[in-house]
Amino acid sequence: MAVLELKDVAKHFGAIRALDGVSLTLEPGEVLGLMGDNGAGKSTLVKIIAGNFPPSHGEMHVNGKAVHFHRPIDARESGIEVVYQDLALCDNLTAAANVYLGRELRKGVWPFRILDYNAMYERSRALFAELKSETRPRDLVRQMSGGQRQAVAIARTRLSNSHIVLMDEPTAAISVRQVAEVLQLIERLREQGIAVILISHRMPDVFEVADRVAVMRRGRKVADKKIADSSPEEVTALITGALEAA
Amino acid sequence: MGNSQTMQALKSDDIAEQTHTRWSALVSSQVFWVVVATLVACVVLSFTTNSFATSQNLFNVTRNFAFVAIVALGMMAVIITGGIDLSVGSIIGVSGIVLSVVMHAGFSIWAGVGMALLTSVLVGLVNGYFIAYLGMQPFVVTLGMLSIGRSLAMVISQNRTIFEFGPDGATLLAIGGGSIFGIANPVWVLIVLALIFGFVFRWTRWGRYVFAIGGNERAAILTGVPVRRIKCSVYAVAGLMCGIAAVLEVGWLGAVTTGLGTGDELRVIAATVIGGANLMGGVGSAFGAVIGAALIEVIRNSLILLGVDSFWQGTFVGAFIIIAVLFNRLSGTRSEE
Ligand SMILES: Nc1ncnc2c1ncn2[C@@H]1O[C@H](COP(=O)(O)OP(=O)(O)O)[C@@H](O)[C@H]1O
Ligand SMILES: [Mg+2]
Repeated sequence: MAVLELKDVAKHFGAIRALDGVSLTLEPGEVLGLMGDNGAGKSTLVKIIAGNFPPSHGEMHVNGKAVHFHRPIDARESGIEVVYQDLALCDNLTAAANVYLGRELRKGVWPFRILDYNAMYERSRALFAELKSETRPRDLVRQMSGGQRQAVAIARTRLSNSHIVLMDEPTAAISVRQVAEVLQLIERLREQGIAVILISHRMPDVFEVADRVAVMRRGRKVADKKIADSSPEEVTALITGALEAA
Repeated sequence: MGNSQTMQALKSDDIAEQTHTRWSALVSSQVFWVVVATLVACVVLSFTTNSFATSQNLFNVTRNFAFVAIVALGMMAVIITGGIDLSVGSIIGVSGIVLSVVMHAGFSIWAGVGMALLTSVLVGLVNGYFIAYLGMQPFVVTLGMLSIGRSLAMVISQNRTIFEFGPDGATLLAIGGGSIFGIANPVWVLIVLALIFGFVFRWTRWGRYVFAIGGNERAAILTGVPVRRIKCSVYAVAGLMCGIAAVLEVGWLGAVTTGLGTGDELRVIAATVIGGANLMGGVGSAFGAVIGAALIEVIRNSLILLGVDSFWQGTFVGAFIIIAVLFNRLSGTRSEE
């Protein structure tokens, strides 16, 4: 059964049709590469799935159940986690504090419930180790490299029992070595049966890690096919509009 | 093989970097320099004047800065979220007046203090509601409240000076004006509140969220932090601190005019900023609020003791605010940009 199903989803911002009649299915453990030019509607699609705003039109199903998200936390409760384009990190907090932001571990009994620093440091350390990242739980995010920040944002998605992870350009601002790390992580998510939607401008990343590629152009989905049945040339043509649809 | 050597090198590098970071963090921390400045000022004053290091003067200095520091604790929370509260002086005024009017009418001290604190929290909640739920600029909302609070104080008291506080009057004066073990009561209250704020900032989820909102409000929203509720609560807390300060100040003064607390917003914000808060949000500490208030009071006191015309006080306090913000900008502790 599809873990995620969108039917005829549209989103209008005033007169702007950011999304128009988009349908999409995602199977467990499937990595979908979502490509398209700037302004094609990729981020808008991801934000609808993530519950940042509701669609103007259309339906959304998670594990076969119709869902209506009003806030990001609704989507999270349905097992959808997001890595945002700008990572949504607080520079003034530590790595561990960012990983646990919004779901801090606490100990003690009410009203004396205090933050459980040790547990959060320990679990963050384990998550970073899993990601093979050199990120240290106690370091301030302000002092971190792009790859370390990425690791923090990705570690966040692993806290809960999520089954869908959305990534908006996770490899846009990091070094080649760090890109390889992120792609490895996506592989690991797949192994655990987690479905991933990866927005990326980088053709090699998509062709290395994705099972399927969907191409957006001016708010519409113009192609959706298995990686094996496509090619970088074809996808480029679809993105630019040289090829109408495939 | 080469790999493990690299790891080793990395590790020792780590440690070196950490020690380095800790030392440079201390030296580049504004609070550290404010403590140094305060201590230096105290030592210099002890030698250059015979009146500074007297127990009476120290008693007065600590008590005077306690009022500002108590309010600065609440202001610190507001500023850490990236907000500002210009209405603190007026909240002190209106809750002090409520306290006096209720007690003057013959009600008990419990009723008076209860009503004063309730008033201060309510005014703070109104600030918070407009800022957090209606998305208005903190500067504008609290500027309006500065005017409203002062005006309400006059309306409630009909602009009288009140110096009779009914049957429990003596208790009120004892609370605000008395001392325990030679330390003024307001200072004890400050110590307790500062410890509570220090604890809450570090150990509670509320404290964590206050810092998160100031660091990156959008990130806080996206990760499910109840941003509106926290922002609203921060102004209510700031209001409550004004209420507490008002009760103590009224008890110490023994008389209340509608001018109570006028201009305090400047000294309180100065204390907070000098104590290391960044007006951009995300940075600050309870200790910073206290030490910032202490430095201002020591400077003020030294000008008096050294016989400098009191008209100069504003110039010194203002200069310290500007220097503190400049320091903030120059030190590496600023967030991106
Ligand atoms: N909040 C918004 N308000 C108005 N227009 C928006 C908003 N978000 C996106 N858009 C518009 O919707 C279109 C799709 O944007 P987006 O989804 O960000 O594209 P992509 O991520 O593919 O570059 C663009 O024309 C963009 O300007
Ligand atoms: Mg985008």
